Order: sequence, then structure tokens, then C-alpha cells
Amino acid sequence: MFNSVDTMIQVALREEKPLWRVILEDDLKDRGKTEKSSRAKMLMLWQAMGAAERDYDPSRRSPSGLVGGEGAKMTGDGVGLCSPFLRDIISTALKMGECNACMRRIVAAPTAGSCGVLPAVLLPIQRKFGFDDDRMTQALYVAAGFGQVIAARASIAGAEGGCQAEVGAASGMAAAAIVALLDGSPHQMAHACAMALSNVLGLACDPVAGLVEVPCIKRNVMGATNALACAEMALSGLESQIPCDEVIDAMGAVGASLPAALRETGEGGLAATPTGRRVAEFMRGR
Amino acid sequence: MTIFDIMGPTMVGPSSSHTAGAVRIGLITRRLLGSQPIGAELTLHGSFAATGSGHGTDRALIAGLLGMEPDDPRIPQSYELAEEENLTFRFCNGVLKDAHPNSVQIRAMDRDFKRITVVAASLGGGRIKVTSIDGLPAVFSAEKNTLIIRHQDRVGQVAVIVDLLSACNVNIASMQLFRTARGGEAILIIESDDPIAPAAVEIIRQRDGFERVIYLETGGAE
Repeated sequence: MFNSVDTMIQVALREEKPLWRVILEDDLKDRGKTEKSSRAKMLMLWQAMGAAERDYDPSRRSPSGLVGGEGAKMTGDGVGLCSPFLRDIISTALKMGECNACMRRIVAAPTAGSCGVLPAVLLPIQRKFGFDDDRMTQALYVAAGFGQVIAARASIAGAEGGCQAEVGAASGMAAAAIVALLDGSPHQMAHACAMALSNVLGLACDPVAGLVEVPCIKRNVMGATNALACAEMALSGLESQIPCDEVIDAMGAVGASLPAALRETGEGGLAATPTGRRVAEFMRGR
Repeated sequence: MTIFDIMGPTMVGPSSSHTAGAVRIGLITRRLLGSQPIGAELTLHGSFAATGSGHGTDRALIAGLLGMEPDDPRIPQSYELAEEENLTFRFCNGVLKDAHPNSVQIRAMDRDFKRITVVAASLGGGRIKVTSIDGLPAVFSAEKNTLIIRHQDRVGQVAVIVDLLSACNVNIASMQLFRTARGGEAILIIESDDPIAPAAVEIIRQRDGFERVIYLETGGAE
């Protein structure tokens, strides 16, 4: 497995292979599986993301009653502030997060709490550009490759690294995946990931009543739009001044220095507001 | 850690530790019992007790006891399905000694009054760890093929098992042995890379001195 973005890119350049293939081949070596079985597994995850979106029902409410129906409000044209494409991204992120909160089937990517970020950019991009499922699956390999380095050098658990480790990691993975889909270079993927992670360093994990609802679902929107902006910057030639591996190391260090109250304990941030505490009290009474 | 620990699994939300992990704990308990449970008593500990109901931990555990996997869309309806399948259950909150924050103790019984008590923890990302069986320490992840043998402590018992596995060309990945006292109750947990042939498990079951032999086959499924 890779524990450095730089190494991953060097292998791709040296072997003159696309980055997704380098990550795929590394997986085959790791698990002793055939390419056919690995790709079938990734395709299944991609199709499950699409199925989760189709499964969305705006009438469902989460166990706390706090969330539901918000994704549906974001469909349609709106007031003209965001393009239809951007509204599609926002709406898809909300729908995924709501499906998760309402105990529907989703794909943890990298976690259940951040399950909306990748599908929120990838599904609208497929709709806009008409890429086939095979190409979308390649983008998931790229996302997983970056995610693996983040997990190895920092963390992908909110309890360890705060929300930067969940929605933040998903955002960095998604930024790299978008660049891959639009034929950016491996270096551009790394810059996109580095910029996306840099933007969320220190983000608290402060779920109200400990539930994966508030603020998690709307944070998925932030993760998706941040990924889009960073991919756009990277594809336009902007670079992260701090290399991706160093940003990931900084993310690990920041996560370790976050107080426990901001690491999924439901005791700090929004969870500790008067309203947050009232919801927690209400849930305990149930 | 593989890329599919990052991407995936497909699961019913909202939490990989409090929902997907809880389903797996229920499922592993059912497989350790070896049959459909008709009664279960579940003690939730720590964060499972504190935020379990909002995460559907309770429904997830029952879903697992009914044989569902973490991606089964019927998980939210597990209480109704339990009634259909004649599984009665009771939840309580409690403190389990030295337990991980996301832990549960499940006492399950089948129609022939066969019983098992399992304590397990959900570690995050859907991964779990069984920590005890019937009050005896038994630590395993249920990610590898796992052989669990209850026996009387006496000379040569472990050698018998190891010889048999080696004859079947099974490579042992890890092994734990615990006994309550000299000559007392003992438990042996073996995790193996290769699956153990059903015939070999049967031979161990038939041998004198091995009271309960449980085999969980998990390797190679994809």
C-alpha cells in the first residue's frame, strides 16, 4: 500500500501508467486478487452510490426528527445564484447524508458520516460529461489511493482527527478524483487534494446529540463544493505551495492536538450549544 | 489496510461503528451460537448505551442476530422481523468490566436451550473485536477463519489440534490459550489463513475432551 502521494506519483511517471492503474495494481499485490475481481468490486461500489441517490425519499425523517427533505428543496432552479450543476452537487450531497441518517443503504467513502462528498461531485459530473461507468470507477481508484495515504499518515476517523479526517479527507479524495476525470496530471491531482485538505485543517467533529445529522449532512455540501473549487484551481494551473504529503502530515498533527470535546464525543462545538444540549436531552429521554 | 477499507463498505447508515459494526456483532454472535436464536438479552455499554438508539445500534444488533449483513435494507425493520421469526429480546444499559466504549454483551439462546454469552466491541469503520465467550477471554476480529475450542485443561490437548491442522496443510496465523485453573476449563482460539475442511472440524468435535467446537469461516469471501 502507498503511504506517500509523492511515491504514488513517481511510480506512475516512471512506469508511464495512469495513476488509477498504479493504485489498482498496488491493490492487486496487497490482496492477492485478480484485476477482474478488484474492478468488479469497485464498480459495485460506484453503482451503489447511484442506487443510494435514486433511493432518496424526501418524506423520510431521521430518528431525532432533525433532518429530512432538505435535498429535495435544493432541486430545481433556485434563485439563480448557483448554476444548475452546482445546485445538483449541493442537492446530491444533502440527499446522501439524509439517506445515511435515515438508515438507508450508502457507501462509506471514507466513512458513513462523509458518504455524501464523493457521490455529490461524481454523479453530477457523470450527468454533465456523459462519462461511462468504467471511467467513473477509475476515478474511485484515484480517490481511494489518496484516501489510503491520508489514513496512513493522518486519520480518517472523526474520533481521532475531527471532521477534517472525515469530510475533510473525503473532500481531498474527491478533488483528486475530479482532476483525474478531467484528464489532469497526477501532479494536478496532488495539488487539488492538498488545497482541499488545507482548507479544512482543524475542522471540529461536533455532532449534536452524537448523531450523524447536524452538522454532518451540510458539512458534506462544504466538502463537495470545496473539492470542486480546488479541482478547478488545480486544472487551471494553480498549485498548493505546501506539498500534499506535508499537508497530510499537518492534518495528522492538527487532529492529534484537537481537544477530545471536538473529536466526535458530542461534547463540544455545536453539540455544546444550548440547542444542541436540548436535542441531546430529548434523545436520552427516548 | 486496503483501498477497500477506504472506499466502502456498502452499508445501512448512519454510523460505521454504531450501526454496521453492531450488525456484525449480532451476526457473529448468531454464528457462534450456530443456530437461530429464540431469546437474547443485550447489555449496552459506554457510547453504545449513550447514543445507541439514535444510531439504530439496537435495531442493528437484532438484525445481526437474525442473520442480516451490514448492507441489508431490512435492518431498520429488524424488531418487526424478530417478532415474525419468534426471537424475543430485551435491552438494558450496564457497565461491562474493562470494556471498549462501544461494547455490548449478548446472551443468546436457541430452541434447544443451547446458550452462549458473547462480549464484543465495535472498533470503527465496521470492524469489530470479540473479547469474551461465556465469560472466558477470547479476543478475535472474525476477519480470519477462526476455530474456537472449549476443553478441559490437560496435557497434549493443544498438540492434538495443532497436529491435525498441520496435517490438513492449514497455516495458523494466531493462537490464544486460556484456562480458569489447572485442570479446569480452557479455551483455545486459532485464527488461520486457510479455511479448515469441515471433515477436520468434525474430527475435533468427535474427540474426547473437547466440549464445544465452533468454527467461523470468513476468509476469501468476495
